[in-house]
Amino acid sequence: MLKAKSQTPVTDSMLALVLFFIFAALCVGGAINLLVQKHPINSALSLIVVMGSLALIYLLLGAEFVAAVQVIVYAGAVMVLFVFVIMLLNAGEEERLPHGSRVATILGVPALIIGLGIAAAVVTHLTGLDRIGIGGPTVMNGANVFGNPQAVGHLLFRDYLLPFEVTSVLILVAIMGAVVLARRED
Amino acid sequence: MSIGTYILVSIVKILLAVFVLMTAVAYTTLLERKVVAHLQNRWGPTRVGPFGIWQPLADGLKFIFKEDVTPPFANKPLYLLAPVIALVTALTSMAVIPIGPWISLGSIHTPLQITDVNIGLLIILGITSVGVYGGALAGWASNSKYSMLASLRASAQMISYEVALGLSLVGVLILSGSFSLRDIVDAQSGTWLGFIPKWNLFKGQFVAFFIYIMAAYAETNRIPFDLAEAETELVGGYHTEYSSMKFAMFFMAEYANMFTVACLASIMFLGGWSGPVFGPPILQSLLPVVWFAARVFAFIFVYIWVRGTLPRFRYDQLMAFGWKFLLPLAIANIVVTSLVVALM
Repeated sequence: MLKAKSQTPVTDSMLALVLFFIFAALCVGGAINLLVQKHPINSALSLIVVMGSLALIYLLLGAEFVAAVQVIVYAGAVMVLFVFVIMLLNAGEEERLPHGSRVATILGVPALIIGLGIAAAVVTHLTGLDRIGIGGPTVMNGANVFGNPQAVGHLLFRDYLLPFEVTSVLILVAIMGAVVLARRED
Repeated sequence: MSIGTYILVSIVKILLAVFVLMTAVAYTTLLERKVVAHLQNRWGPTRVGPFGIWQPLADGLKFIFKEDVTPPFANKPLYLLAPVIALVTALTSMAVIPIGPWISLGSIHTPLQITDVNIGLLIILGITSVGVYGGALAGWASNSKYSMLASLRASAQMISYEVALGLSLVGVLILSGSFSLRDIVDAQSGTWLGFIPKWNLFKGQFVAFFIYIMAAYAETNRIPFDLAEAETELVGGYHTEYSSMKFAMFFMAEYANMFTVACLASIMFLGGWSGPVFGPPILQSLLPVVWFAARVFAFIFVYIWVRGTLPRFRYDQLMAFGWKFLLPLAIANIVVTSLVVALM
């Protein structure tokens, strides 16, 4: 992951495990806070926390380039625009009308969590993900092969050059569509 | 090196870096006041100590003892969070900046850098892009129209110039083939004909250096791009409503960012710490740091010189300059550099 490789693999994977749980908790906490908060700017800031902790989890997986880009593009550029729009519109607190029964909430939320937990356990077991361990394969190897900038560059500009360039055209189309929609007269 | 020594050495390096950076930040304010004063035929601070050298300490004490006012209609949590974000992001970038080669003290062999990461440059860019929130939230949370206008200006300007800043560094990355700041410096060692240093600046990155300087001035909200702190229009800036240490935190963040930008300029374009090394071993390990500090000092001096010389842009000029001039120039630089690298 990082160049300073002085620790033994054991402490490395233990450290990775501890860090994973810290950042995963931060990520889930941010996501829940995003839904619970009434003020849009607080929700946007929670989303930044989610993006940031996702980047750190990518870093633990050895995908350092993706992690850095996640911070620069999502936590930096995209979310700044979100915050910008909220500031410009001066959006106030949302009013939430109470709806639905409380019994459904009290019973439904734990049922949903248990259901998702079972589904996740089944899926990870069937796909064999549970045998890899949370530290990720690359962290323990030390020699990082797929997440560094060179590997990503080779994939993007050699193996997947055409899809990559087509995606950029797609984004250009989306931008032009937004301009046309925004400037439509009448 | 055992993990215990590793952590101990890291903590010592972090404490040293924070101490040196904070002292440098404090004394840059004095340097700025002195240099600008002399440019304008004044003396600057002279009363506190000889030549006013205790002025930064006096300023610091004054900030601590000032009344700390929070506007009654401010959004309190975000109002408190904003200066923290600004200062923390400004200081964190220092963690990946190398200031010299590896040194050996007894059995400890360590780089002169808090941590050597192979995506160092990307980390700095990422931290800078998060730093935008400091200014943006400060303006919004103070619930004041001057702060709000300033923070909109500051964020729009920082996002715009970050594009040109990032693209201006791509040429250097093409030449060095690495994101690690240490590798970039190592790729610039040596000379041509025995006296022309192989800095990226002399490897054809003049244009990139020019774009970098312009964009860096805009990123750090300095004259001629300090639209976010235009006192004549905005009272103060996004920190209008801040007082005491909270204001000081924005102030320190601004100067710490200047240092990050200056260090990055030295590393990316001016060969980092390369320079003549001679004498006994202790001098040999310290001279590179001196050369590095000299470059940073020169860059900071030019910063102040520009501040004392140029007037402010108009806001539409600022945006047009960033998007219509710097950005195409940066892209042209990338195209030319990659063509030269590919064909030679």
